[in-house]
Amino acid sequence: MRVKEKVYAAETLETLEEGKKRFFTAKDGKAYLLLLPYILLFTTFILVPVLMTVYLSFTYFDVYNPSQFTGLLNYITLLTQDEVFAKFVFPNTVLYALVVGVGGYVLSFFIAWMLSQIQALPRTILALCIYTPSMLGQVFIGVIWKTIFSGDQSGWANSLLMQLGLIDTPIQFLLTKDYFMLIMIIVSLWSSMGIGFLSMLSGMLNVDREIYEAAYIDGLRNRFQEIVYITIPSMKPQMLFGAVMAIVNAFNMGWIGVTLSGANPTPEYSGQLITNHIDDYGFIRYEMGYAAAISVVLLIIVYCFNLLAHRFFGEKD
Amino acid sequence: MKKREKVVSGHLKATQIDPRHFAAGQIKFYCILIPLAMFMVLPVIMTVNRAFMPLGELFAFPPHIFAKEPTLNNFKSLFAVSSTTGVPMSRYLLNSVLVTVLTVLLNLVITILGAYAFSKKRFRGKGLLFETNQLALMFVPTAVSISRYLVIVKLGLTDNWLVHVLPLAAMPVGLFLVKQFMDQIPNELIEAAVIDGANEWTVIMRIVVPVVKPALATSVVLTFQQVWMAVEASNNYITDDSMRTLAYFLSSLSTNNTVAAAGMAAAASVILFLPNLIIFICMQSQVTNTMSHSGIK
Repeated sequence: MRVKEKVYAAETLETLEEGKKRFFTAKDGKAYLLLLPYILLFTTFILVPVLMTVYLSFTYFDVYNPSQFTGLLNYITLLTQDEVFAKFVFPNTVLYALVVGVGGYVLSFFIAWMLSQIQALPRTILALCIYTPSMLGQVFIGVIWKTIFSGDQSGWANSLLMQLGLIDTPIQFLLTKDYFMLIMIIVSLWSSMGIGFLSMLSGMLNVDREIYEAAYIDGLRNRFQEIVYITIPSMKPQMLFGAVMAIVNAFNMGWIGVTLSGANPTPEYSGQLITNHIDDYGFIRYEMGYAAAISVVLLIIVYCFNLLAHRFFGEKD
Repeated sequence: MKKREKVVSGHLKATQIDPRHFAAGQIKFYCILIPLAMFMVLPVIMTVNRAFMPLGELFAFPPHIFAKEPTLNNFKSLFAVSSTTGVPMSRYLLNSVLVTVLTVLLNLVITILGAYAFSKKRFRGKGLLFETNQLALMFVPTAVSISRYLVIVKLGLTDNWLVHVLPLAAMPVGLFLVKQFMDQIPNELIEAAVIDGANEWTVIMRIVVPVVKPALATSVVLTFQQVWMAVEASNNYITDDSMRTLAYFLSSLSTNNTVAAAGMAAAASVILFLPNLIIFICMQSQVTNTMSHSGIK
């Protein structure tokens, strides 16, 4: 035991000294060797693309010719001349992010809260049911909801409404703008109870029971106070993880409108989100520089949401 | 104990987290949760049932939820069908299986090594690298799809098997979860093993991996879900039909609006969905275990 302590102390001392003297030691090298595969792939498929997107956003680039530096032109065009962006894409994205991102997050919290208060076996089964949609993947989700909202009378939604006598002729749910955003939001919320939700459920189950009892003795009066003063503060790390996952999920679901309608742009831009706008300019019109500028705006939006989440639930230093 | 009960009695009873027994107070939760759970799974059940419906039933009015005369015809025609370019469905299935197995294995190795370095090593730049990974938790791949495409073209990975595998092999969320879980292993344990003569490899295989198994299982589940359902690579980076995956084939079926395709699309959905469900159910308790360490501090 003593030997070990000595070695440990010596090692600590060594690292401290090394830290001062040498810039890069063999020990650092070993750690980096372990990390090498991860760093390589991370750099290639995440870091470089992000940096490249930032660079391209200041250029005109059509894939075939070398990119030309145009300064802030893309951003100026986006903010002043892109009518589709100002009229449809931006408001749609804000609405969608608030309802699906923030709303979905609050919803998953309350579902987890209810689940945490029932017995283990039914809880596991119900949680599995609720989690199921989030593991289906884009294609399967498309197949399911295109069948439900199919525009003829064999679609479940139309058939149900017709049998109830609410409508006489089938509604073209996915080809007209009227219900498109609503359907997108329903489908997205439906499939948003993923690992963030599971994380919050676990966090809640791990809160010390004694704390609850003690808090009521100290004068807690109702369930709302309990949630605000006990539950949330006791599971802040999980709240933060859940929030980050909810934000990412909301923006990653950008394909939903295009999958449901089968076309980009979505019907009369009713479900056009910022990710669809990027694809529209990038992969359909080949205006890569402009598309990159929109991407940067998206990354900034995601980052701001993330900062907000950290502000709420991050541990204060 | 008795004393405390007396004190509590004047107040509202505290929330019972993870109750052992049923109580009347739970009924209200069931009243909300059961219909909710039904709403979540019903669309899935309906689609699964469509896979077993004869063509006549698929477009019946009113539509049936459960197949009245279940048949395997949709599956038969699915396996008999070829894409427009003559690639049989079984080829897509094989591609999917190979790509998925390869990605999951590669991801596992990379995640173990990376998480071990982050959790148990002290090295220069660790803080910065981990912060970068934290930032990447909120990475939205679609935002950089264009640059990603350009990188992949530059690397000559188009029409290459690896393009299915490599972009999904490093997953920030998986690394984060495994690292958080690994933090539970006391450093003294590893130091003791090193003093006893264990090398790095033995430490990883004998001490670290057995402890973090739940987190690894979770990482496998997440990677599997991503790669098994992925269509990005098949859509964007591959032009040779024989190298595309089942998820891609399903998406081409689902945009084909013929009656026969609807049945086959449902059948293909089931083939895609079942492995996912089975794996998750098998790993369910491990995932739950991991999630209690998932918080970001």
